[in-house]
Amino acid sequence: MWEKNKRTICNLILVGIIILLMILIDLFAPSTSMWFSVLRKVCTFALAAVSMNLLNGFTGLFSLGQAGFMLLGAYTYAILTIPVNMRSNVFRNYGDSVIHFQMPLVAALILAGIVAAFFAFLIGLPVLRLKSDYLAIATLGFAEIVRGLVQLQSFGPVTNGPDPINMFTAPKSITVYAAISGISIFIIVLMINSTYGRAFKAIRDDEIAAEAMGINLAHHKQLSFVISSFFCGIAGAMMAMCNTSVSSVSFTTSMTYQILLVVVIGGIGSISGSIIAAFIFYASSEWWLKFLDLETYTKAGSKVPLLGPGFRMVVFSILIMIIVLFFRQGIMGTREISVYDGIMKIKSVFVKDRAKGGESHE
Amino acid sequence: MSDNILEIKTLNVRFGGILAVNDISLDVRRGKIVTLIGANGAGKSTILRSVSGIVKPVHGEILFEGENIMGLTPEQIVKKGITLVPEGRRVFPNLTVLENLKMGAYLRKDNYDNDLSYVYRLFPRLEERSWQSAGTLSGGEQQMLAVGRALMSSPKLIMMDEPSLGLAPLVVRDIFSIIRTINENGITVLLIEQNANMALKTCDYGYVIETGNITMQGEGDKLLNDERVKEAYLGKSRNG
Repeated sequence: MWEKNKRTICNLILVGIIILLMILIDLFAPSTSMWFSVLRKVCTFALAAVSMNLLNGFTGLFSLGQAGFMLLGAYTYAILTIPVNMRSNVFRNYGDSVIHFQMPLVAALILAGIVAAFFAFLIGLPVLRLKSDYLAIATLGFAEIVRGLVQLQSFGPVTNGPDPINMFTAPKSITVYAAISGISIFIIVLMINSTYGRAFKAIRDDEIAAEAMGINLAHHKQLSFVISSFFCGIAGAMMAMCNTSVSSVSFTTSMTYQILLVVVIGGIGSISGSIIAAFIFYASSEWWLKFLDLETYTKAGSKVPLLGPGFRMVVFSILIMIIVLFFRQGIMGTREISVYDGIMKIKSVFVKDRAKGGESHE
Repeated sequence: MSDNILEIKTLNVRFGGILAVNDISLDVRRGKIVTLIGANGAGKSTILRSVSGIVKPVHGEILFEGENIMGLTPEQIVKKGITLVPEGRRVFPNLTVLENLKMGAYLRKDNYDNDLSYVYRLFPRLEERSWQSAGTLSGGEQQMLAVGRALMSSPKLIMMDEPSLGLAPLVVRDIFSIIRTINENGITVLLIEQNANMALKTCDYGYVIETGNITMQGEGDKLLNDERVKEAYLGKSRNG
């Protein structure tokens, strides 16, 4: 038990250090720094990946509806946080918005989650009877339907039709993103370590045995689907804040695949893996590999071959293939990062060295 | 209350037009070990799955302590005090041994520490490995875990589907002696076996099932000495 407590404390210290670093970046980094846009995106997609992991990695339900739930969250958040005096301007093509109030950020975020969760509940009733690939196809279809529906002219006064929504509350500071993402992921971790989480894992491992133990399969699958979608909705709202503009065209299937990629690279069934992978994925695709897209000339004036628009994605895709080939389990597999175990490992190496040294003296 | 903890009356189960279980009736006396033997595909597993609510029978009656439990969900049936140790062990490979045991007690709201220490007393090996993931256990240990997990729901009736499947003879002996211990501690056992010899030696009463019908029944040692059973399930070598 004490051992377990030490592990938790060490991990909390790590989380504290990360939060401190983010606050420091917020305070001292120049406003043009890439850290801002990258970390905002990392926080958003870390949450999206962790919520997908709850479903795919911990409950064993292969769902590809993430883009749909994120869209619902993003639209809910954006529509509810536009200042009242800006509304007629944003919704100018449709006369005026049907909603005439502005919600505070936190309330709108929670509501974004609830709307996504509500739709997940409705969709889950029929769809969760399906298994593996069929479930993936059905949820993928749902995401496309949602994307089509919000663009309808008749929903214009609510969703602004195909036109983007903007002017809503969009905080700039990374600390806000880190806090939303951190609190949400913390709740998911608590969930996974609870009895419910254990039941989810049991269903993933063996449905028939889980049923024989008296676990209600339909009820638990539904629960996992709804919770995962709730946090997906919040991630969607965060994505709206990142982009400062919401438009249905950005919630494509390829975004779902990106999230899936983050989950796979990090390790299916590892929360810390998803977070690390989200950082590596978005930092390298948006920042570290950016130079590959620029046409570069050597000092002699000749053009460096291959470098140019689009080349970044070639290199990036090759890197992903290498990761999937050589780390078949992803970066973390199903393990979680543990500072305490790391310290113990380093300590044991040192202790062994000292013991060896002692021997050679004698 | 009658002596029978479980009574099955004219049970019929179909799988897409194929009759798997045909008008089977059988009784399980409280506090006894009852075994069903028979070849592959005779319908033994289907009977157990019907009792635990995983398979829906066409018609018939399943009475547990005098109450009809047919049509209840697996969840409700586990709550009533029936657990199934499924065929092929089916432990949760990525959960630790302790987590597996806790899953067995999933529906219990009361404190189950006593049952946990009871299971650890029965299977000291499981306590040594409580932090190991179940997938890393040997076949015999996994079977012990499957039995221990079922015991965690503190059942009145435990049903075991082929507990000796794919295990070494020595391990099989261990498992059967554990089954006897569990029974002596007051839990009724309904056992399915292909290892007819071992099963009939252990049980109080046995049924022989062939293609969905009961063809013979009797006390364990009577069946063990029956010429037809010997020929069909025990092999000729016993005559020599």
